[in-house]
Amino acid sequence: MSRAVSSVSGEVSAGRRLVLHALGLGGMAALAVAAGLVPPARAAEEAPAWPKNAFAQKDQAHALDALYGKTLEASDKVSLDVPEIAENGAVVPVSVTTSLPNVTSISVLIPENPYTLAASYRLPEGTEPSVSCRLKMAKTSDVVVVVESAGKLYGAKKQVKVTLGGCGG
Amino acid sequence: MPSTIRVRAVAHGESTEVQSLIQHPMDSGFVKDKEGKLIPPHYIEVVSFECNGKTVFTAFWGPAVSKDPYLKFSFKGGRKGDELKISWTDNEGKSDSIAAKIL
Amino acid sequence: MIGRIGSIYRAAAAAALLFTSLLPAASAGPRIDPAGDQRAFQAYFERAFPGVALDDFANGPYAVNKEMRKQWEEIMQFPPYDFALDDGKRLFEAPFKNGKSYADCFPDRGIGIRQSYPYFDLRSGEVVTLDLAINRCREQNGEKPLPYEVGDMAAIDAYMASTSRGKPFDIRIPDDPRALAAYENGKKFFYERRGQLNFSCASCHVQAAGRRMRGDILAPALGMLASFPIYRSDWGSMGTVDRRFVSCNEQVRSLPLKPEDEAYRDLEYFLSYMSNGVAIAGPGTRP
Repeated sequence: MSRAVSSVSGEVSAGRRLVLHALGLGGMAALAVAAGLVPPARAAEEAPAWPKNAFAQKDQAHALDALYGKTLEASDKVSLDVPEIAENGAVVPVSVTTSLPNVTSISVLIPENPYTLAASYRLPEGTEPSVSCRLKMAKTSDVVVVVESAGKLYGAKKQVKVTLGGCGG
Repeated sequence: MPSTIRVRAVAHGESTEVQSLIQHPMDSGFVKDKEGKLIPPHYIEVVSFECNGKTVFTAFWGPAVSKDPYLKFSFKGGRKGDELKISWTDNEGKSDSIAAKIL
Repeated sequence: MIGRIGSIYRAAAAAALLFTSLLPAASAGPRIDPAGDQRAFQAYFERAFPGVALDDFANGPYAVNKEMRKQWEEIMQFPPYDFALDDGKRLFEAPFKNGKSYADCFPDRGIGIRQSYPYFDLRSGEVVTLDLAINRCREQNGEKPLPYEVGDMAAIDAYMASTSRGKPFDIRIPDDPRALAAYENGKKFFYERRGQLNFSCASCHVQAAGRRMRGDILAPALGMLASFPIYRSDWGSMGTVDRRFVSCNEQVRSLPLKPEDEAYRDLEYFLSYMSNGVAIAGPGTRP
């Protein structure tokens, strides 16, 4: 999980100048980001790095292992809202919410996609255990959500059917 | 150049609801262009949200996140008028950031 | 086998000949009645989709399918056309090299006028769509016309539609034989079968409206153009009415026309007139 972020070149790109401009008042951390010395994800204190290894896994067990090093138990306290039939596999709205306490992360896995892990969110204390996003699905698949609560993993899943569009497929 | 980030952050009592939309192709690496060549993967890896100097949310994304990605979450501790900073970086090392006031 | 097919063809041709030769005798010549057509058209959709409010037809498949509507409502919390809308406003307000701008070309300086397009121009004797008017405005001011279907054109459309939201389609057909002919031409295009799949516009968007074609729910033709331009997830970008006509034609495996071809403009005229009373809701999103 704490593998290094892919290397960032030392060049000051246009994007980085934007960062410099926008974070101009943000102190030394922001300057370090702007100079390309530190990836922005690290600029915030103790922010974990992009989990490269987990995103490279092609099945659920390996993705979970790479991401958390733990296994999952099903929980009815994790609620997942996805469409039964996606209106378009390119844009599938996914909403996750849970009544579990001390949630530190929420991840979404799509086992039938080429890479299983779609998104992983880190929730510091004070952030509500609920997130909505839009994901791509290559074909009909379960959508598996994983909630890390008090150090344990709880999950829920639902199938989303992905059909080719009649108009444009 | 207009920002690639749109954000709406609204305080409801203790909680601030944040919605954001980022303009980004999020190319998965599995789609071919008109000439039949694979479009290389190009996607945002990290988005971070900070309020009053504290990280309130971090998103790690892979190529399965939709084009022009959308995100919604809520956090406690933000107040109307506080500044929310959002920044992203992608797998090509490009980045952008913006600061928005909580409404 | 070949002989059998040949004889079927001959029989069909003979039947068609008989039918066409009987037709003029059966009716006393074609009567063009746009108002009557419109009443029948709107009544058909009201019967087919009881409980769907007239304005809701602007929302296409989302008006007639609950599951789709829920996904749409989620997407509309932060619609993907937002970027295009902002681009469109900026482009619309940017002055041309001669100091004039789009506002100088349009009634009410271009704000809140989408519902009146297309209109029939009695001087030139043709249907003028909003996109054609945008490009004519550019040319009158020494600017190059924009490519149709996508990009800046779709963005400007999006902005102009957004300033007209809530205003019902108000398409007029002047009492002029050329205007009536344009209307009739558009109507013909709508009901005529074409392409290898032998579909008309109406096959999908009247007869099968609200039903599923593989993963898609077919939008009712009523109100269809009220939410243009649209961001289609399938395109991953914005598209104008032209883009939709071209892609529809391609999907039934027929050769599409050029954007803003006279037949497409007439079709847009017919379809928009059929939707009179449906409030402009553009820009919109679609699967």
